[in-house]
Amino acid sequence: METAFTPWQSLGGGALIGLSAVLLMGLHGRIFGATGILTGLIAPTSRPDFIWRAMLLLGMVSGPLLVLAVTGSMPAIDVPVSLVALLIGGFLVGVGVTFSSGCTSGHGVCGLARLSPRSLASVLTFMAATAATVFIIRHVIGA
Amino acid sequence: MRLLSLYLIGLVFGTGISISGMANPAKVLNFFDLAGTWDPSLAFVMGGAVIVTFIGYRFVLKRPMPVMEARFHLPTSRVIDTRLIGGSAVFGIGWGIAGFCPGGALPALGTGSPAVFIFVGALIAGILLARAISVSRTPRPATV
Repeated sequence: METAFTPWQSLGGGALIGLSAVLLMGLHGRIFGATGILTGLIAPTSRPDFIWRAMLLLGMVSGPLLVLAVTGSMPAIDVPVSLVALLIGGFLVGVGVTFSSGCTSGHGVCGLARLSPRSLASVLTFMAATAATVFIIRHVIGA
Repeated sequence: MRLLSLYLIGLVFGTGISISGMANPAKVLNFFDLAGTWDPSLAFVMGGAVIVTFIGYRFVLKRPMPVMEARFHLPTSRVIDTRLIGGSAVFGIGWGIAGFCPGGALPALGTGSPAVFIFVGALIAGILLARAISVSRTPRPATV
């Protein structure tokens, strides 16, 4: 399925993601990582640790509702994959990000911005693995 | 005040994700489909996010401490090992299969789309299993 190229929206959205990462570090001294936020909620180590992540998550899920309120339409979620693919993919993402200690937000945005060699190694690896997987699924298997 | 600021920071992130297209698997998968229906938008998301964070961190991390906390919590590990690379590779394979990453999927829960809830359910199962494996493998100090 084709999708429209949206450079300005994507750049603006990316800038907001960056702004939130800077604010979280400047005000609360934390890396903005979705993996860490979710893990800290399902396996909390302390009450304060749970609460700051819960507030962030509440804000995150409010994002699409703010977009709905301003533009009159929910952000598009087009899922060109099967239910089984969502389950297998979700499971693999969960296992992977636990071992790599981060994902697109933690390593990809905050880690690269800190010039962390670990994050650069992680990002290059997952980008290559994702591209290879999409190529195999779409052009080798032909799904 | 502290909790409200956390909520608003989450809201900025969730709004950015929503506008950028990172929460939309069709766009994400097309970014990686160079040989097919390529959509380069995601490069602009990552570019915008990394540039703003890079510049912002220069100012913020110069301060002795964050505004509302006693200290910065920064990762100190610099080890590039099989755990990091293997985990990243498995993450990438899963991202390529499903089209959602954690940062895209968590804000997308707010859309109420059932696909997002299915993905996040499987994501949580994967995190719990991986934690169980790594905890059981970690050598425990011998008890006297």
